[in-house]
Amino acid sequence: MKRAGFATRWLPILLLLPQLAIIAVFFYWPAAQAVQSSFYLEDPFGFGSSFVGFENYTHLAGSSEYARIAKFTLLFTILVTFFSLALALLLAVKADNVIRGARTYRTLLMWVYAVAPPVAGFIGLLMLNQTWGPLAELSKTFGWDFKLGVNFGDTASAMVLVAVWKQVPVNFIFFLSGLQSIPKSVREAALIDAKSSFRRFWDVTFPLLAPTGFFLLIINITYALFDTFGVVDVLVKGEPGNNPMTLVYKIYVDGFRGNDIGGSSAQSVILMVLVLALTIFQFRLVERRIHYT
Amino acid sequence: MKNIAISSAATLCMLANTAFAETEITLWHGMGGALGEAVNDIAEGFNASQNEYAITPVFKGTYEETLTAGIAAFRAGEQPNIIQVFDAGAATVIAAQGATIPVQDLLEANGVDFDIEDYISGLRYFFADADGKMIGMPFNSSSPIMYYNMQALEAAGVTAPVTWEEFETVTAPALKDAGYVALSQSHLPWIFVENFMSRHDLPFATNNNGYDGVDGTEILVNIDPLKAHFTALIEWQDEGYFEWFGTGWNDNQTPFENGDVAIWLGSSGSFGGLSKLDLDFDFSATVLPYWEAVTTEPKQTFIGGAALFAMSGQSDEENAATAAFFQYLTSPEVQYMWHRETGYVPVTEAAYELATADGHYGRFPAAEIGIQQLSLDASENTRGYRMGFYVQIRDVMNREFGRILTGETSVSDAFNIIEADSNELLSRFAQTQN
Repeated sequence: MKRAGFATRWLPILLLLPQLAIIAVFFYWPAAQAVQSSFYLEDPFGFGSSFVGFENYTHLAGSSEYARIAKFTLLFTILVTFFSLALALLLAVKADNVIRGARTYRTLLMWVYAVAPPVAGFIGLLMLNQTWGPLAELSKTFGWDFKLGVNFGDTASAMVLVAVWKQVPVNFIFFLSGLQSIPKSVREAALIDAKSSFRRFWDVTFPLLAPTGFFLLIINITYALFDTFGVVDVLVKGEPGNNPMTLVYKIYVDGFRGNDIGGSSAQSVILMVLVLALTIFQFRLVERRIHYT
Repeated sequence: MKNIAISSAATLCMLANTAFAETEITLWHGMGGALGEAVNDIAEGFNASQNEYAITPVFKGTYEETLTAGIAAFRAGEQPNIIQVFDAGAATVIAAQGATIPVQDLLEANGVDFDIEDYISGLRYFFADADGKMIGMPFNSSSPIMYYNMQALEAAGVTAPVTWEEFETVTAPALKDAGYVALSQSHLPWIFVENFMSRHDLPFATNNNGYDGVDGTEILVNIDPLKAHFTALIEWQDEGYFEWFGTGWNDNQTPFENGDVAIWLGSSGSFGGLSKLDLDFDFSATVLPYWEAVTTEPKQTFIGGAALFAMSGQSDEENAATAAFFQYLTSPEVQYMWHRETGYVPVTEAAYELATADGHYGRFPAAEIGIQQLSLDASENTRGYRMGFYVQIRDVMNREFGRILTGETSVSDAFNIIEADSNELLSRFAQTQN
């Protein structure tokens, strides 16, 4: 077999340069700036600043509010990831069995994917409006006096609900294509071995879906941690108040609303480390155990 | 057809000419909707009133977003000539002395007469430095006032309460019997902390309410009168006299507009918007109640809203244009128009006199309440307050008050946390100023 290669060493580097430049300008440079700012307390307008060492970090470590937000973010991420994956899997398995009108059914399920997170948040806001929201009215008939923006738990439930609703279609698409790539022969063999469709699913289909599932797990954790910003922002209506918020939203609140550059930089660095850990976890543990076909 | 071509060519020439002749300046503001249109009207009026200068107003989002955009632009050397900064951002922009030109200096340098005594008493020093020099030009000035549903009060057989004691014992029970929630409000830190302090003549922070410098400034909110007020709020909430609909402004105003809530504490600047609505009832307004147990001599309140700051780093011609715009803006006619359209108070005594002479308050008595409240007796505690990172301090208050009102925490725990968190923010801000 003939190996393709470059005639000179410089050509590949030259071809890579635009991409490297983009990464340097839009990632490494701001990241380095954030690390630097996290060691200072700086006047918003840039006139004065003091070097404070790790004070911005110790301030966060000692803040019960930051701990509370971190705890909420963890719970939020677990709930959003679990429900997005579980619901999508359920819908995908059911959609996979549909024979008549399958295409329409699938398209309808994917539709929500096209809705931008702030728009999804806004729809949630309308549905859950305190005075006339249909979902809030519905909850009242079950004796749950749903109060968005007043009650912490209610607002948190609304955030989970909207975030899950927004993410299910993405997972659905992946799960459905995963299901459809399971060879027919395997399914037929399973049909002979086990009569119960429940057993067939857990013993055959589910393990074969594992690569897709683990890929989606990482995608969904990242989604819940970062991409739900728009949903959170719209649901708190610009006033954090006593509402729940995620760590990413807290960075925005401190940095862009409160102009505390040092404090919000320290929070960004903490999140960067978190993402790094998540990436290492993905490559070292998950990728090694899952066999892609 | 030919005529159109000629006239449009002529228009183009004129446009080109004016573009060359005029000094252009920009104003960044956070006034959306109808308020933004009123700002555009002022700008158009200024541009039409002379042909040396032209101003372009640009809407930059909320107050917080406008300030952040201004800061980012300043750091990039692309700042506008004028930026609107709200009350909570005053400490940030005034502490950064190189970022703005004090409006008093700007006007005097450009030959515009300036006398701080021309301004309404309650407006003079909020955006001024410790020596009383005006730094920011009060623009959309408001104060929290008490709106009430006239039919509701009539049905309950009560008048608007003067004191909170009267509200608690007379007004609220009667309104409850008449089928109303007696009270809601739209901004707890602003109405029930900041203006609670000025109304009851209480100091808000050490260092002369923060005016004397950032070092060692500490907030003074962990006090019995305030804690008693919030304890009363919980009792009223339990009794059905008071309802809290969350931190959002409109969530608390809507139930008043719907006629469910009889008394609503909002901004004097809400008057314009309320009068344009097709409400099922007549409303009026009066000054904020006070606790007789705390003081028998209630004082004026702070101005809320925002001021216009002239940003530094601009050419002399542009600064002259900014000064000319401020002069136009503070003229009695423009102030009266702004006051009439929006409900914000006129900033000068002359504009107030013009509105009075024109019979505006005969037609709309509620429109005068803001100015009356801002013209009550003043004291050391009513000048204003100057605290850094105050946007976050308000957020801390909103967070803890929300927890109090949803039963997640007690009044004394909440105030301990507000005091501790605020003082930490203040000391962090002091460190940014070295």
